[in-house]
Amino acid sequence: MSMTEDGQHPNYVGTRTDGTPVNRPLSPHLQAYDMLQMTSALSIMGRATGIAWSIGLVFLVWWLTALASGPQAFATVQWFLGSVFGWIVLTGLIVVTWYHTLGGVRHLVWDAGYGYDIPTTYRSGRMVLIGTAVLSVLTLIILIAAWI
Amino acid sequence: MATPSLRSPLGRVRGLGSSRSGTHHWWMQRVTSITLLPLTIWLVFALASLAGAGYSEVQAWVARPLNAVLLLAFLAAGFHHTAAGWQVILEDYVKPERRRLIVVLLVNGLCALAWLATSFAVLRVALR
Repeated sequence: MSMTEDGQHPNYVGTRTDGTPVNRPLSPHLQAYDMLQMTSALSIMGRATGIAWSIGLVFLVWWLTALASGPQAFATVQWFLGSVFGWIVLTGLIVVTWYHTLGGVRHLVWDAGYGYDIPTTYRSGRMVLIGTAVLSVLTLIILIAAWI
Repeated sequence: MATPSLRSPLGRVRGLGSSRSGTHHWWMQRVTSITLLPLTIWLVFALASLAGAGYSEVQAWVARPLNAVLLLAFLAAGFHHTAAGWQVILEDYVKPERRRLIVVLLVNGLCALAWLATSFAVLRVALR
């Protein structure tokens, strides 16, 4: 892995078909980004929350297959989800879900061709963060109200 | 003078590019994300209000036709979207080509299996 002079476009050393080494461009990654910049931080969060969703799906698989196999298996999942660790997982998953969903809407708007200028990009980014916070708190309130 | 192109007229018309599948993967990622938008909002609030519910209560909820159908739709779109998302990330960062192919196939296989398992579970509960 090496950087070009401006340090922005990471390369990796590949080989040509005749075996000679060549620098090829690599997709941007964590070391190539300024993590304190909101735009890149949110972009990385989009992928990170997508990956985190896979962990949530593991729990959904467990929950649904346990429900289908019987009361004993289901009781085990419910016991886990009701434990402290389960609550941490569920709370994290709620935040991750809303962030990925709202970030996805932001991407769909971009795909439609709108909101590319810098001020709008920052505004939509802030809206995603605020929306994530509001919806997460709302979901947790419903969750706790149903639990009690 | 126009820039000479090595692409055949037929290849240009087909528009499938070097991936041989055109924009299909990209498009399906968008289609599944639009599908998942209402389904996710529904599922999150539905599951949150099911917190603390017992075995028979949850079974009755899943067995309701509307819930069962929406769950099956969520699982189909969700696992497709998950596999598509993982594939894009793996294609960006996994080298060399052979390892990338193996990992992408593995993730796709896992997502397909998980989709089948969860859909089967929903159907089993709903049709019991």
